[in-house]
Amino acid sequence: MSSLNEPVQQLADHLFRNESKKMVSVLTKIFGIENLEAAEDVVQDTLLQAMNVWKLKGIPNNPSGWLFRVAKNKAIDVIRRNKYSVQFDFSDNEKILLTSEYTLAATMENFWKEEFIKDDLLRMMFACCHPEISKENQITLMLKTLCGFSTAEIAKAFLTNEGTVSKRLYRTKEFFRQHKIKLVIPSIDEIKNRTDSVLNAIYLLFNEGYNSTNSEELIRKNVIAEAMMLCKLLTENDHTQQPEVFALMALMCFHSARSDSRLTAEGEIILLPMQDRKKWNSRLIDQGNEYMNKAAFGNIVSAYHIEAAIAYEHCSAKFFKDTNWKRILEYYEWLCSISPSPINELNKNVAFMELYGAEKALKELQLINNKKKLETYYLYHSLLGEIYSRIHNLSAAKEHFETAMRLTHSETERNLLKNKILVLLN
Amino acid sequence: MKEFLLLFRGGETEMADQSPEQSQAHMQRWMHWMTELGKQGKFVGAQPLAKTGKTITGDKKVVSDGPFMEGKEIVGGYLICKANTYDEAIEIANGCPLLEYNDGIVEVREVHELKM
Repeated sequence: MSSLNEPVQQLADHLFRNESKKMVSVLTKIFGIENLEAAEDVVQDTLLQAMNVWKLKGIPNNPSGWLFRVAKNKAIDVIRRNKYSVQFDFSDNEKILLTSEYTLAATMENFWKEEFIKDDLLRMMFACCHPEISKENQITLMLKTLCGFSTAEIAKAFLTNEGTVSKRLYRTKEFFRQHKIKLVIPSIDEIKNRTDSVLNAIYLLFNEGYNSTNSEELIRKNVIAEAMMLCKLLTENDHTQQPEVFALMALMCFHSARSDSRLTAEGEIILLPMQDRKKWNSRLIDQGNEYMNKAAFGNIVSAYHIEAAIAYEHCSAKFFKDTNWKRILEYYEWLCSISPSPINELNKNVAFMELYGAEKALKELQLINNKKKLETYYLYHSLLGEIYSRIHNLSAAKEHFETAMRLTHSETERNLLKNKILVLLN
Repeated sequence: MKEFLLLFRGGETEMADQSPEQSQAHMQRWMHWMTELGKQGKFVGAQPLAKTGKTITGDKKVVSDGPFMEGKEIVGGYLICKANTYDEAIEIANGCPLLEYNDGIVEVREVHELKM
């Protein structure tokens, strides 16, 4: 692709990411998830052919039409080769028509209709987030199949090696092969739980992009965009329009609205108090608001609702000093009661510190149960470092910042902490 | 449920005389007929056959080109369906678009279970 010019290159990248998730979903529906590999191969071959032909002839008028047409023909070849293969299951009343030359092309055409694709994408999401697949494998699979990431890109995002990623993918695909999982939209009884799993995976994915604790760039914009796109699909599909879905969407809008202000040009972290709020994306904040309104139904308030409300408090404060810490603290107290976790406790403590000062915050922090778990967490030490520096206990502050540096995986975080130590010593 | 083989013969000359739009519409009716069978769970398989072929005869296994029959005798394709009786199978066969042509022939043959 390097010989396409820059704007064309970007269009192609974006188009390829978008269209490959649709193509993989339809093909997996046709071939069965036990043949996910075959579906991915067709998509790969299609994109490769596009690159080669478009390089010479330019991008066609209807690029996605072009891609779909080529993919359909390749799929027909796969069907012809595998008509009698034990790996492929044609027992379905519609799929059986794929085995007849009379009906192969027309049936294939039917599977690719626009109106079916959104549901196919949804089925694919549910399959990737199957409850018997581990959380890491869920995200790895979603990134690979639905977000168009290569194994190399996934390895980079999680600071692991390609071999590990490949092994994860292999094991997940083995699981599909052995259990012949059907691609379905879960039944009414199951859909709430299954959607929760998908939301969980999407949120983990978003956090990977947003915080990138495991990679060198702090903000992986592609990962964020993909997480938001997947959630948007859920907001648009009748089956999955739960309040939590809209709340998570709002939360991601509010967080990503601040993306441009979180790093310097050199890639260093800028903390909340110092962020240039003029760089915050007001359109995203408005969208977040719209989603918050849409989330306000049903009788359950989820953790996503509360986190979104907190994010909104930050987004709506014109300056850091205008932040409504009292309300934020109330929200954190609520959050900690419905979703107790070390990270929520720490974030609550930050709000407490802003409201009541570092000394009181230190006392509060020491009241937390289950400190053993916290002590392995770099943010705990980073917070203690901040608290101790505010009460002018410089040696304790330095010690905790150094511990935090050892515990974090992120180069950018380490640099931030290093700078905090330098500030102390001056 | 038994299985019935439908053999398609004839219709060649009339098919050749059709305009592209008519051909298109005709093919869609084949598609529709088979899809309906699929939905009812009665479709087992179907394939069109090339017009040329080979014939092997006798214990000397003589291979010759052919069969060379008149258009209306050569088998153009087949479909296997599920049905309980001949009457049901005939009702299925009645839906075959080949029968829109005067010289279209659908032969209906029950698959015979061999007693070993």
